[in-house]
Amino acid sequence: MIRIIEPGPQTTVQDGGRRGQLRYGIPPSGPVDARSFTLGNRLVGNADGAAGLEFTLIGPRLRAETSCTIAVTGAESPVTVNDAPAAAWTTLTLAAGDVVRIGPARSGVRGYVAFAGGIDVPAVLGSRATYLRGRLGGLEGRALRRDDVLRLGAAGPVRRRAMAARAIPDWRAEPVLRVVLGPQADRFTDEGIADFLAGAYEVLPQSDRMGARLSGPRITHAGGHDIISDGIALGAVQVPGDGQPIVLLVDRQSTGGYTKIATVCSFDIPRVGQAKPGQRVRFSAVDVAEAQQLSRTAVVDVANVELQEIAS
Amino acid sequence: MRFLPAGDLALSVELGDEISVGVNTRVRALEFLIEQKALAGVVETVPTYRALQVYYDPGVIGYEALCRALTPLAEQAAATAMPPAREVELPCCYGDDLGPDLEPAARRLELSSDELVRLHAGAEYLVYFIGFTPGLPYMTGAPARLTIPRLDTPRVKVPAGSVGIGGIQCCVYSVDSPGGFWLLGRTPLRLYDPAAAEPILLKPGDRVRFRRVERAEFDDIAGRVAAGVFRPVVR
Repeated sequence: MIRIIEPGPQTTVQDGGRRGQLRYGIPPSGPVDARSFTLGNRLVGNADGAAGLEFTLIGPRLRAETSCTIAVTGAESPVTVNDAPAAAWTTLTLAAGDVVRIGPARSGVRGYVAFAGGIDVPAVLGSRATYLRGRLGGLEGRALRRDDVLRLGAAGPVRRRAMAARAIPDWRAEPVLRVVLGPQADRFTDEGIADFLAGAYEVLPQSDRMGARLSGPRITHAGGHDIISDGIALGAVQVPGDGQPIVLLVDRQSTGGYTKIATVCSFDIPRVGQAKPGQRVRFSAVDVAEAQQLSRTAVVDVANVELQEIAS
Repeated sequence: MRFLPAGDLALSVELGDEISVGVNTRVRALEFLIEQKALAGVVETVPTYRALQVYYDPGVIGYEALCRALTPLAEQAAATAMPPAREVELPCCYGDDLGPDLEPAARRLELSSDELVRLHAGAEYLVYFIGFTPGLPYMTGAPARLTIPRLDTPRVKVPAGSVGIGGIQCCVYSVDSPGGFWLLGRTPLRLYDPAAAEPILLKPGDRVRFRRVERAEFDDIAGRVAAGVFRPVVR
C-alpha cells in the first residue's frame, strides 16, 4: 500500500491504455511516453501494461505503508529514499515506512513510477488508465491528491536490476520526429510542407496529454483549413487556420475537422511528450513502409533492452 | 475509394467526399464487415461521416497488405445488410432556461416556437458517428425547414445534455463544453456517464427520437438518472 504525501502538479494512474473505445469518443489514455513506462514495469517484474503512476514535471512524495518494489523512469528527476539519493531506471526495494521523493525534472516532462504487482484500482472499460477530461478510470477519474492511498496487486520476489546507462534516453537533445506525410498533406502548399519539414518548432506551455502545441514557421494551406470531420490518429499533426501545428497525444479528441499534414510515428511519441515547453523539435518525413520497419525494430529494441543484475 | 496513411499505426479509408446517409452507411458497413471477418492485426476502428479510421498492429500486417485486404470489403460494403438499428428515445424539455435559443431560432426560421418544437421532435435522426467528446452524436434528420447557420459567437460553455441545431445537423452535448449550435432544449439523460457500467448511451447507426417533456417530468427523470434507476427507452 502506498500513501501520497505530496502528489506533484499532475500525477495520475496509467496502464497500457484503453482499447476499442475511440468509436465512442473515449481516447486510449495511458502513458505519453510508453517506452519509459514499459521499461519501468520490466524493472519491477510486471507485465508491460501494468498500472503505475505518471507524473508531470515534478514527481510525488510517497510513503510505502507496506514493503514493496518500485522503479522510477522517464523524465530525469532526482530520487531520494528517506532523503538518501537513489537511482532512477533501477529496481528499488522499499521497507514499510520508507519515504520516496521525486524532485523536479531536470530534463523531460513525464516521469513514471512502476510498482511490483501494479496499482490496484478498478478497471473501467477494460483499463485502469485515467482519462482526466472524461473523469474516467484511475483513482476516481482524477489526478492524485494528498493522502490518497493506493493498493498494490500481489507480487512475487523481484530481481533487482538496473537499465544499461546507454539505454537511458537523453531528453536534452533537440528531437527530430519521424513523420509519415498525410492523411491531408494534399491540403497544403509545397512551400507549406517544405517549411514544416525544414523549420524548428518550439513546444508551448499550453501542451498537455491531449496534444503538444507548437510554435514556429507558419504552415500554409492550399484552399481551406477545414475538412469533413474524420478520425484523429495518435501523433496526428493538426494544422488549424493559424498555421501552427498541434501534435495529438493519448488523451486526444477522437475526431475533428482540421487538416492533418502528417502523423508522428508511434516510436517518436515519447520524444514529443518529453520535450519541455521552450524546447524545440524538428520533423523528418519517412514513407509508411520505412515507418513500419522502424516501428517493428523499436518493439524489438524495447524487448531487448539490457537490464543488469545488481547485488542486493 | 481512397486509402490514406495516418502514421505507422493507423490508416483512413475514404468512401466519399460528402456528408450523406449513403456514404456514412457504407462506412459503418465496412466497419461491420471488418468486425465480422475478424481481420488479423486490426486493433480498433473509428467511423466518421465519409471515412473509416482503422488502427492496426504493423507487427502483424503492413500498410499495403491491409489496403489489399480492405479493398474487397469496401467494395462489398454498399450491398451489405447490417443488423437492425436501435431506436433510442431522448426525453427533451424545450425552451426557457434549458433551451435559451428556442425563441431566437424560431424567429430566425420564421416559425412559432411551438412549430419549431413540433418539427424537431417529430423527426427521426441518424447517428452518423460518435466523436469529439465522449458519447457526442453527430446526427441529421431534421426537416430542411430547420436548416440554420451556426451561432455567430459560439458559447464558451454549453451544459451537458443540451440539444442543439446548426447547419443541417442536430447534436446533444455529452459533457460541458464550448459549442456553436442553437440550444433548443435539454435532455435529462446522460449521453456520457463515467460512473455508469455502460458510460456511453448512443452508438453509431442508432436512430434517435426526441420526446417533448414538460419541466416536471424533466426534473423527475433527472432525479431518477442521478439515482441510477432510470432505464432509457431503447428498441
